[in-house]
Amino acid sequence: MNTKRRGERAVELSLTLIAVSSVAILFIITFFIFKEGLPFILEVGPGKMLFALDWAPTKGKFGLLPMIVGSLLATGGALLIGVPLGLSCAIFLVEFSKPRVRRVLKPAIELLAGIPSVVYGFLGVVFLVPLIRTHLGGPGLSLLAGALILGVMILPTVISISIDALEAVPRSYREGSLALGATTAQTVTHVVIPAARSGIVTAVILGMGRAIGETMAVIMVTGNALDLPGSPLAPIRTLTSNIALELGYAAGNHQKALFATGVILFVMIMILNLAATATSRRRAR
Amino acid sequence: MSLREREPCAGAKVRIEAFSFFYPGGHAALRDVTLAIACNSILGIVGPSSSGKSTLLRCLNRMSDFAHGTSHDGRILLDGEDIHGSQVEPPDLRRRIGMVFDTPVPLPRSIYDNIAYGPRLHGVRERSRLDELVESSLRAAILWDEVKDRLGSSALRLSGGQQQRLCIARTIALDPEVILLDEPCSGLDPISTLKIEEALSELKERFTIVLVTNNTKQAARVSDEVAYFLMGELVEHGPAQQIFTVPRDRRTDDYISGRFG
Amino acid sequence: MKRLMHPDLAQRVIKALLILVTAFTLSILIFIITYLLLKGLPVFSREFFTGHAIDMGRAGGIFPFIVSTVFLTGVALAIATPLGVGTAIYLTEYTRESRLTRVIRFAAECLAGVPSIILGLFGFVTFVLYLHLGWSIISGGLTMAIMVLPTIIRTSEEAILAVPHAQREVSYSLGGTRWQTVIHVVLPGALPGILTGIMLSIGRCIGETAAVIFTAGSSLMPPTTVLDSGRTLAVHFYILAREGISTEMAFGTAAVLMISILTINVTAYGLMHRMMRRFS
Repeated sequence: MNTKRRGERAVELSLTLIAVSSVAILFIITFFIFKEGLPFILEVGPGKMLFALDWAPTKGKFGLLPMIVGSLLATGGALLIGVPLGLSCAIFLVEFSKPRVRRVLKPAIELLAGIPSVVYGFLGVVFLVPLIRTHLGGPGLSLLAGALILGVMILPTVISISIDALEAVPRSYREGSLALGATTAQTVTHVVIPAARSGIVTAVILGMGRAIGETMAVIMVTGNALDLPGSPLAPIRTLTSNIALELGYAAGNHQKALFATGVILFVMIMILNLAATATSRRRAR
Repeated sequence: MSLREREPCAGAKVRIEAFSFFYPGGHAALRDVTLAIACNSILGIVGPSSSGKSTLLRCLNRMSDFAHGTSHDGRILLDGEDIHGSQVEPPDLRRRIGMVFDTPVPLPRSIYDNIAYGPRLHGVRERSRLDELVESSLRAAILWDEVKDRLGSSALRLSGGQQQRLCIARTIALDPEVILLDEPCSGLDPISTLKIEEALSELKERFTIVLVTNNTKQAARVSDEVAYFLMGELVEHGPAQQIFTVPRDRRTDDYISGRFG
Repeated sequence: MKRLMHPDLAQRVIKALLILVTAFTLSILIFIITYLLLKGLPVFSREFFTGHAIDMGRAGGIFPFIVSTVFLTGVALAIATPLGVGTAIYLTEYTRESRLTRVIRFAAECLAGVPSIILGLFGFVTFVLYLHLGWSIISGGLTMAIMVLPTIIRTSEEAILAVPHAQREVSYSLGGTRWQTVIHVVLPGALPGILTGIMLSIGRCIGETAAVIFTAGSSLMPPTTVLDSGRTLAVHFYILAREGISTEMAFGTAAVLMISILTINVTAYGLMHRMMRRFS
């Protein structure tokens, strides 16, 4: 009987170690990125890195401002496109469609999430970029192209989390409003959406996280220029593209600079994650 | 063949001595319970809901261990041994004290595999031995004739009453010494109830049985001894005959006669 | 409250707009799939699937890349599945809600939010350089294992929690130990859900580029051991597209990617729905 007990103990210990490993992995990743990147940021000077415009790492210039602006603009644009579209789809699916329709459409939209980013990027290059170049001007490879592609890419995330948020609103809320004579549309606008507000905010924040972390599609359609964009038709470079484009051949300080880029990206996303957890916890309350 | 040699039972199989059980926060679910359960008898435990009946049952086979933050006072002895002793392994204890729950819970597998589950947990591998155990357990639970031709089919296809008898058979397959049943007939039709009561009467020759029931008539039909619980306290216990005709305590009388509960 | 138009009319307008928007979103999906299949399927041939890449991928086939993809995915899941399912078992069966469990879950969720390029960066520095594993299937597999770990943990946990508690009680009351109950009752019951998580992770591994290109490399030869470099289908597709090597081959590769990922995801969701129906 003692062997059984010892066996159980061994299992429990192994499982504890395994479980803690995910924490350990996150910790190691964070540690490594910061270990390689943070000293460099401090060495060059955070002001110089975050606000300088010149990125020429082989010549000792590490200005990340164009990339930071690029990431923010691309993400902002993605949200401008993805959130209204996504939220509308979610509202339609939850409030205005028959369950049969929803059962088919919801998984179909989730399939969009499985399409690899390189495929989106490729289609962007083949369709979107020429379209922009011909009809709107500029090189085609642009902030606009990036925002559009990213907007579509975050749709599945925004839609499915918004659907969850809307479905979580108790039926009694809707019934109360309808009983007072309101139309469904009025109910949705004045009752459901406010009630689902924090869940929708979570959807937006997670969509933001996805957009800001996206690399491949962005590299393919944004042109990767190192200047601040003068208009949506101008090319941009994001923080993620910066890392991906140069990692293959960077060495020494250059490589450290890429880690520094990673640190900044990392910090931005950690903040977003905390915000998402905080809002969704408020929703639970 | 399936009965392992065990010492003949003498006196009380289970002794509960001044046993109290506390939920986290200190509220007492059971207060100072002292009770002896005789070998090869059926003890019926009755009382209104929340009187601690099910809690007591779960303490007897230490299923109560799974509730966090609880504590207890007093002792419970099985054949004179404290079940909370440092040498006692709860899984081994639960092999000797089996339990049937109020809703039948067949495992999602075949009838055969349901019964064989327990023995397999404890190392029984030979097909012939398992076949024996399955048959003898199903016979003892008065289910064999109904399922002998479809042992391989899913247990989920049985009716409620059959499933419950399956659960009883599953417990018997381990050849326990005590069987605890927590309102086993709740939700079952009268025929199934009758079949189970019939099975219990036969089973007491091999096992000591503790039956919690909300149905006083059932307790009267089946039990040798009856214990009446009210709000965690053991109000009265004695031979079934006596409890149901001339209870000593006023509260017992109120419950039995339906004025209360 | 000012009324711009009658509420019923407003509702009809809104509904129409929403239908338009939803139809538009769906049409994007349909368009992507149809266009790729239209342009990619004609490229399919025996040579395409079994041949090696000729002239940097301009001609020939994608066989080595299929091998790399399968190999890498296999390694990633061989590592992530025990870790992920083990963590899920620990969180559900072996502990109660406590600060430790919340920290573990938070860590897993944060890990899910780490961009793939950062994981690629990490994998490159840690596995390729620091551990001297070089650009290899194992470097890529380890990196991808980290990427899919949160998904496996989340889906396994859900699946395990869906197993009715009463079944565990039955096992315990029959004298089963905790581990026996996990192996014989919980895991079999949770299997469909766990498989769903694994399949979604496979889809992820097949489609991932940023984390893979910097860890598994881009060798044109099929890898024979875990230490060999290997180019996965997604990486090959990216290189074809970006370097403008061959649009035709790019479409073919894209079609293969799409079909495999879609098939896997559809099967995964099908499994998930079947599992949900079983318990409701």
